[in-house]
Amino acid sequence: MERLVQLSREQMRADLPDFRPGDTVEVHVRIVEGEKERIQMFKGVVIRKRGGLTGATFTVRKVSYGVGVERLFPLHSPNIERVVILSRGRVRQSRLFYLRQRSGKAARIKEKRTPLA
Amino acid sequence: MPGGIIGKKIGMTRIFDEDGVIVPVTVIEAGPCFVVQKKTQHTDGYEALQLGFIRKPLVKCNRPLKGHLEKHGSKSGFQYLKEFRVGGAENYLPGQEITVEQFAIGDRLDVIGVSKGKGFAGTVKRWHFHRGPMTHGSMSHRAPGSIGASAYPSRVFKGKRLPGHMGNVRVTVKNLEVIDVRPEDNLLLVKGAVPGPRQGLLLIKKAG
Repeated sequence: MERLVQLSREQMRADLPDFRPGDTVEVHVRIVEGEKERIQMFKGVVIRKRGGLTGATFTVRKVSYGVGVERLFPLHSPNIERVVILSRGRVRQSRLFYLRQRSGKAARIKEKRTPLA
Repeated sequence: MPGGIIGKKIGMTRIFDEDGVIVPVTVIEAGPCFVVQKKTQHTDGYEALQLGFIRKPLVKCNRPLKGHLEKHGSKSGFQYLKEFRVGGAENYLPGQEITVEQFAIGDRLDVIGVSKGKGFAGTVKRWHFHRGPMTHGSMSHRAPGSIGASAYPSRVFKGKRLPGHMGNVRVTVKNLEVIDVRPEDNLLLVKGAVPGPRQGLLLIKKAG
């Protein structure tokens, strides 16, 4: 088991910022279309982070033209160019699935008040 | 190289390939193995190599094993001895080291292990029968149902799938792709699952 963890460590990324559920993020994803490679952005609220070594994932939810869209990213995927934290949210749950039942004003998340750095 | 090696299952994990696609892999600690005995057409009627895996002192071996090892000039004892069919067994030296370096990324392997024992299992688990309704007065929840006709043939056909012992049998998984080879750690990463628990003994052979 120890060695399995060690082996997985090599594949894991340490360069991503420490974001949490409730944060609004912009995920830059590398997309290969035939020959060409481009960066696509996906902006939304992190509603879940799941652990597990190389298998760790996070889910980002956004509402696009009135339709809720959720996208699941492998946290350690090399296809993730970078993750930009746009704002920190103050939430009390670690899984924000309740946002799915809400829309408009009710689906807002309060911004976290951070001590002045 | 003989195209075979003895290994131990370390466990499963996932790995990203160069396209960023997740590949499920089993990590196997394979080798180093050492040639103990050479079986040749002349002496045994077939060609094979007996390999030893995981060294232990000779004094810890029982007497029959010790006698066998000493007869073939082995300096150390082994926890496991397994045989692999090879052509040209003559060309190997006793005590020669067999490592994972014989495999390359992209090779296809057959992996043999002993599956996890499941004990006495019913037809639902063992043969994937459907189960009956759990409610509405049904009393056949996980029962096998009819196992054949009545007066004729007045017996149950051989091979009828019924409850019984499941698992703990030798299983071969064929054609697994080698994802990575790490000679420095004696590690072999193959795509997909292999039989048995972690730390279970595995025989690894080139496919075909």
